[in-house]
Amino acid sequence: MFPTDRRYSRDHEWAQKENGRVRIGITSFAAERLSDVVFVELPKAGAEVRAGQAFGAIESVKAASDLYAPVSGSVVEINQAVVERPETINQDPHGEAWMVVIAMSVPEEWNHLLDAEAYEALVGAEQT
Amino acid sequence: MTMPVIFERSVPGRIASAPPAPDVPDVPLEAIVGEEHIRSTPPALPEVSELDLVRHYTRLSQRNYAVDTGFYPLGSCTMKYNPKVNEDAARLSGFARLHPNTPAPLAQGALELLWRLEQMLCEISGMDRVTFQPSAGAHGEMTALMMIRACLEDRGEHRTRVIVPDSAHGTNPSSAAMCGFEVVTVRSDERGNIDHAALRRAADGSVAALMLTNPNTLGLFEEGVCEVAEIVHGCGGLMYLDGANFNAMLGITRPGDQGFDVMHMNVHKTFGTPHGGGGPGAGPVAVKRLLEPYLPAPTVEREGDRFLLDGDRPKSIGRVRAFNGNFGIFVRTYAYLLAYGPLLRQVSEAAVLNANYLLALLRPYFDLPYDRRCMHEFVLSGRRQKEQYGIRTLEMAKRLLDYGFHAPTVYFPLIVDEAIMIEPTETESRQTLDEFADALIRVAGECATDAETVRNAPHRTVVTRLDEVSAARKLNLRYTAAERRGS
Amino acid sequence: MKPAPGWRPHRYLPHTGAEIEEMLRVAGVASVGDLFSEIPSAVRLKRPLDLPPALPEGELFAHLVELAERNAHADRLVGFLGAGAYDHEIPSVVWHLAGRAEFVTAYTPYQAEVMQGELQAAYEYQTMLCELTGMDVANASMYDGASALGEAAVMSRDLTGRNRVVVSSAVHPHYREVLRTYTRHLGIDVVEVPHRDGMTPVEDIRAATGPEVAAVIVQSPNAFGCIEHGSALAEMAHAAGALMVAAVAEPISLGLLRPPGEYGADIVAGEGQPLGNHLNYGGPYLGMLAARQAFVRRMPGRLVGMTTDRDGRRGFVLTLQTQEQHIRREKATSNICTNEALNALAAAVYMAALGPDGMRRVAEANARRAHYALEQLTALPGIRRAFAAPVFNEFVVRTPLPPEQLNARLCEKGFLGGLALGAWYPELPDGWLVCVTEARTRGQIDAFVAAVKEAIVR
Repeated sequence: MFPTDRRYSRDHEWAQKENGRVRIGITSFAAERLSDVVFVELPKAGAEVRAGQAFGAIESVKAASDLYAPVSGSVVEINQAVVERPETINQDPHGEAWMVVIAMSVPEEWNHLLDAEAYEALVGAEQT
Repeated sequence: MTMPVIFERSVPGRIASAPPAPDVPDVPLEAIVGEEHIRSTPPALPEVSELDLVRHYTRLSQRNYAVDTGFYPLGSCTMKYNPKVNEDAARLSGFARLHPNTPAPLAQGALELLWRLEQMLCEISGMDRVTFQPSAGAHGEMTALMMIRACLEDRGEHRTRVIVPDSAHGTNPSSAAMCGFEVVTVRSDERGNIDHAALRRAADGSVAALMLTNPNTLGLFEEGVCEVAEIVHGCGGLMYLDGANFNAMLGITRPGDQGFDVMHMNVHKTFGTPHGGGGPGAGPVAVKRLLEPYLPAPTVEREGDRFLLDGDRPKSIGRVRAFNGNFGIFVRTYAYLLAYGPLLRQVSEAAVLNANYLLALLRPYFDLPYDRRCMHEFVLSGRRQKEQYGIRTLEMAKRLLDYGFHAPTVYFPLIVDEAIMIEPTETESRQTLDEFADALIRVAGECATDAETVRNAPHRTVVTRLDEVSAARKLNLRYTAAERRGS
Repeated sequence: MKPAPGWRPHRYLPHTGAEIEEMLRVAGVASVGDLFSEIPSAVRLKRPLDLPPALPEGELFAHLVELAERNAHADRLVGFLGAGAYDHEIPSVVWHLAGRAEFVTAYTPYQAEVMQGELQAAYEYQTMLCELTGMDVANASMYDGASALGEAAVMSRDLTGRNRVVVSSAVHPHYREVLRTYTRHLGIDVVEVPHRDGMTPVEDIRAATGPEVAAVIVQSPNAFGCIEHGSALAEMAHAAGALMVAAVAEPISLGLLRPPGEYGADIVAGEGQPLGNHLNYGGPYLGMLAARQAFVRRMPGRLVGMTTDRDGRRGFVLTLQTQEQHIRREKATSNICTNEALNALAAAVYMAALGPDGMRRVAEANARRAHYALEQLTALPGIRRAFAAPVFNEFVVRTPLPPEQLNARLCEKGFLGGLALGAWYPELPDGWLVCVTEARTRGQIDAFVAAVKEAIVR
């Protein structure tokens, strides 16, 4: 159900490694739970983020939540398109709706993230 | 037919109210206020005649649901009848045209009213003093927590956490955050009371207060309230009552006797002042003696037969708003209480009776997650309808609008799946309750027989379901010239 | 069977004895007392409430009339008192409309489909307030001007990530007090810059505004009635990367004066009472809050937005509710929930009644009459103008006898005099803040000046 080419945080973000950098978005499970996303707030490029801490915010008409960084590092790229068209998050959360790219500062944090199977188990547990 | 916004009724050159001519020697305005301070373009306000204005707002009023037009079973909102004589009283020149900076000797009637009202609120709540400054329940929460913080700091204690049950109103954690407290959520047990074991675990030396709603938001009385107070006081914290549900208790039991140290009252719920489509309300805070030094200044005091405002309160938390609170609302509160006197007890008796009666009528058709004697309101669940027919509670709520009723509160409290929270209040007659129950039961039936009609409701309102998603994505919060052209 | 011993019929309660019996039977409860069986006996009140006896309507009203008559209200004394609340003419039409029971007895518009009236009225109010203040977005109201200012300070902290606000001492003292109350526990530091000659000194603001400052807070017309140099102050704030928060205690002034949006304000927090609302001894009033578009998601309070229904018809809904406490809980932008919707509605009806031309004319009448009164008063021996800066409808003069004493003498002549400023500004023990609105006729002003003359030579 969840792509195996990346890892997942317990806060429902996905993280995909690309040459030492990590592309981040929210999972389809999170997107579905939020329902129609109406707003995304992302940090500025260059911002420093820490694993487990909020780096942005996301809102639907019925919920608002912070976006938590799965890994620490500095933001090297942000997806302006998703800010302008937040509905992309509901349409293609694992692809077009990536949010930021982070240059990792603590590489071993990667190992704390869940693989697709473990994340699926987590989601299964939350759904019941 | 689309209802025009008032800007679309505007015709340049019309006016509905002509101010007086200055009638004094004609000095150039530039010389009076300074040329650089004069506005370059006039505000683009509507230009309408008086009759245009009357018809516009009268038509808008007809597109509103109100207690005077129908039953309002909104749980936790206590939408009771708002007596008319109270409105007349509040509009008396002696109240409505009294300037807030009027020196106390010239405002004795107003101060006496507040003083007498304070005595009554103390008697009803079992507390010792009252501040009238807070303008709404949430404002009262903030004021109360600030007093708690000031009191603890005065004792040399820096306590950082406030305990809030998972059934609490969202304002509780938010008010705590505004006072710089960290919020600890404690779960409810299977009977809907705050879980005592979890509370004990949370109650340590860092706890400033417990914020409790009683009866809680499930409409259930906290059976162990005395024990809860012992636990909280035992760790050195204070007991705060969110008085949103005070309507169940008047003359029956007093928060001050239950171990609470401070509470706010929503007079626009409990004491029948109108809600105004979202305000004004008032959230006076009543405290036990230990918190008196910290009340916002000024307080209303009596010296012999004179009444005064006492601003000399060195330990006060300060003002939470300008002037003396929503005085006009307190005129109504005072009138409301005088209309009942000791018969106030009947308000709560009738409110609880109405809730229990309505619950009995609806119980066979809905899930009831906490099956106990309810107080002034009760919480059903639409789980059955969702599971069997895929109909969500929101959709049933919208379908009720088609039957001419306002919907109950839905999806609150958060701990009940598909929550339907119903508060009939004491001023509704048995006939109204029967009619409402019939309508809700019919909607429940339609979930089986005519699901599409329910799912697409409402059908008979002036607009159908509104697109909240596009409203939030493409914010349009003010009318602009572009829309005028586009319309 | 006696279901409710001592039950007395009451005009607000529909229940008859027979109905109570039947309802108890349906509910399966033996008696009214048993409804409360889950309340521990130890905390039950075992006596009747000790309250004054219930009054029938006639006696009730007579009692309230008696209390009301013991107040020196504006129909009894001719008022020259302002200082944060203003006695303006209120067209009859305002409360005939805002006072309609369909508005008055409604709840917050949570079921939008049956609350289009309230929602549309709020949207129209937001629009009119934006027009009046020159700002991009306005919310549907706050409690009052002072608490709106407190919220504006918190908002500027959230927007800038900075923890200090600089406030002029020429901001209304109640507003400054509330500002301190609201910010005290949030780690926001409030620095006060003393006024100089009734004005906020631009250079002192510059000196106080460093990189840690979230907002510069100024009121115009200020607590002395003086019109501030908005643009210069906004430039100072912006040069330091801070926001300019403009407090407005007298929005009628904006019919004539440059609105905050024009002089560079980022947030406007103010008092809407003068727009069609009664003095009410201090409330209910309405807090105005308006801001630049970019700040909309940090605005506390309710916002109404335009949208469409499933059939493409225009409609209105509460929007950005996710910032509110019932969803965000401790992360909400504010805890405000109930606001002052009805007072905002009255303000909208008032603004629509006057329109652009009426707002200008009423503001002009205020300015001209106040100016006339100022000239007449300062022509009296011993009375002199305190500050040279231009004013709108309030001004400070220094009096040859203590203002409290002067007020007492004026009261005997049927006037409610100005505010004795000494209590708020100890450095001005002889400062008298006089307010003249369009509701004061030339005849009343002349009589007032004559009474002042008599009082000071007595």
